[in-house]
Amino acid sequence: MHGLINRAIQCFLRDTYGDDVWDKIMQQADLGYSSFESMLIYEESVTFRVLELAAQALRKSPDDLLEDLGTYLVSHDNVEALRRLLRFGGVDFVEFLHSLNDLPDRARLAVPDLFLPELTLEEPNEGEFRLRCAAHYPGFGHVMVGVIRAMADDYGALAFTDYVGADAEDEVISIMLLQEDFAAGRSFELAQKAG
Amino acid sequence: MLDQTLSAGGLDVLCPMHVAIDAQGRIKHVGPTVSKLAQGHSMIGDRFCNAFDLIRPSGVRDVADLLSYSGRSLQLRMRDRHQTRLKGVVVPQGDGALINMSFGFSLVDAVGHYALTSADFAATDLTIEMLYLVEAKSAAMDESRALNSRLQGAKIAAEEQAFTDTLTGLKNRRALDHVMGRLIAMRELFSCMHVDLDYFKSINDTLGHAAGDHVLQVVAQVLVSETRAQDTIARVGGDEFVILVHGMDDPETLNAIARRIIDKLEDPIPFEGHFCRISGSAGTSCSSSYAAPEADTILHHADVALYASKNAGRGRHTLFSDALLRLDTTQPTGDRGAAHPEADFTRF
Repeated sequence: MHGLINRAIQCFLRDTYGDDVWDKIMQQADLGYSSFESMLIYEESVTFRVLELAAQALRKSPDDLLEDLGTYLVSHDNVEALRRLLRFGGVDFVEFLHSLNDLPDRARLAVPDLFLPELTLEEPNEGEFRLRCAAHYPGFGHVMVGVIRAMADDYGALAFTDYVGADAEDEVISIMLLQEDFAAGRSFELAQKAG
Repeated sequence: MLDQTLSAGGLDVLCPMHVAIDAQGRIKHVGPTVSKLAQGHSMIGDRFCNAFDLIRPSGVRDVADLLSYSGRSLQLRMRDRHQTRLKGVVVPQGDGALINMSFGFSLVDAVGHYALTSADFAATDLTIEMLYLVEAKSAAMDESRALNSRLQGAKIAAEEQAFTDTLTGLKNRRALDHVMGRLIAMRELFSCMHVDLDYFKSINDTLGHAAGDHVLQVVAQVLVSETRAQDTIARVGGDEFVILVHGMDDPETLNAIARRIIDKLEDPIPFEGHFCRISGSAGTSCSSSYAAPEADTILHHADVALYASKNAGRGRHTLFSDALLRLDTTQPTGDRGAAHPEADFTRF
């Protein structure tokens, strides 16, 4: 697993629940280190072990924890860079949803060895979307539910996003867009703020 | 045949950064993004060369001249306070010309200066992807830089550790050799004071290693407090220490330093309800005594002087002199560190 993903999990747990919780999880994981490096590669089992221990420590279901992780990635100030990169995907929420097809490629363009599961957006009816996440990392779909919910807020769109289920190939998410310009949303300037 | 006429509106969509000029070089129409660059000023009717500075090709006098570069790459600059550099290409249009432009490498600055948005670029333009890449790459670079600096910190810490005696935090033998080698190579004056604890072994034997370790830590504090920051203090054996007193060879001063250290070492050290009593013997050699100082010789001579102190009854300091070499120094201190009859631990 790419260190960026492990690092994201670490930042989420630390920023949300505090250093003590994180330190305890890492002690239990007994990996011989207490922090992930974002530019190193780790065994996949390490990531799942840390997530499992985190869910236990926080008495949350793994699915809820992953969804909170997705929300954090878009909405927390410490990871503003990531929100900006996602906002480059489109000028409005619908365009953003369509840009998810390119997300793995976009990620690879920035960090060549960063692998994300394939995402496919379908629009069976106007305003009704299904996102299929290739079932490479179990639970990735839940992260995407959190990401999409938070991005809808970010764009100011009113949408209902739900985890439909998983089969052997895909995890499926449904997105019902009710109103594209429901609220003002957060601003997005192409130019990065200085500093 | 294909209908080649294109409405002005269509051109604005395809090339939002175009400028149409007439045969006299006056601006007839600008695309929506160019008019945004003008920041409120209407460019219509202005001379093209007053709004834009043509850097390459240079020496263009009129529209016909400009059109001789048709299809080739132009370099331009906005005549405004940002002096934004632009790339361009010119083609004939009617009796005038059409110049289409883009930002090239000035893009990141221009987006900030003119508050440009996605809507200011043609849908096929790669600008948004380029901005995405710039940000993604710099975020990735920040992460790499953070990793590098953490690795650098870990490397320094590891090196530091390898030069440090982990019990006392003093330098170790390796570090001492390193510092001595450097001082000698730089021909710097220094004195080498070898300090050996007296009665230490009996503390280990009677009160155990925890007491011994505690005493060694207190001794390290004494040595640090009685020397200057620039001096080097190393623990070179179980209860042996070497102090390199930098820039100093005055016998009186060295005697005084040693005296202060020994006096302090004789203060009882409390440990778990006991007082541990130790003392110290010291011997010093000075680099200035040698025409060509060598680390081994200097250390050996400090050792000879130390043994002389032990022989003379401990708790004292001796400066090395050649006379000491003529005395037999090998015999009486075989029991270095052995229990001394006077060693006592008072319960308090």
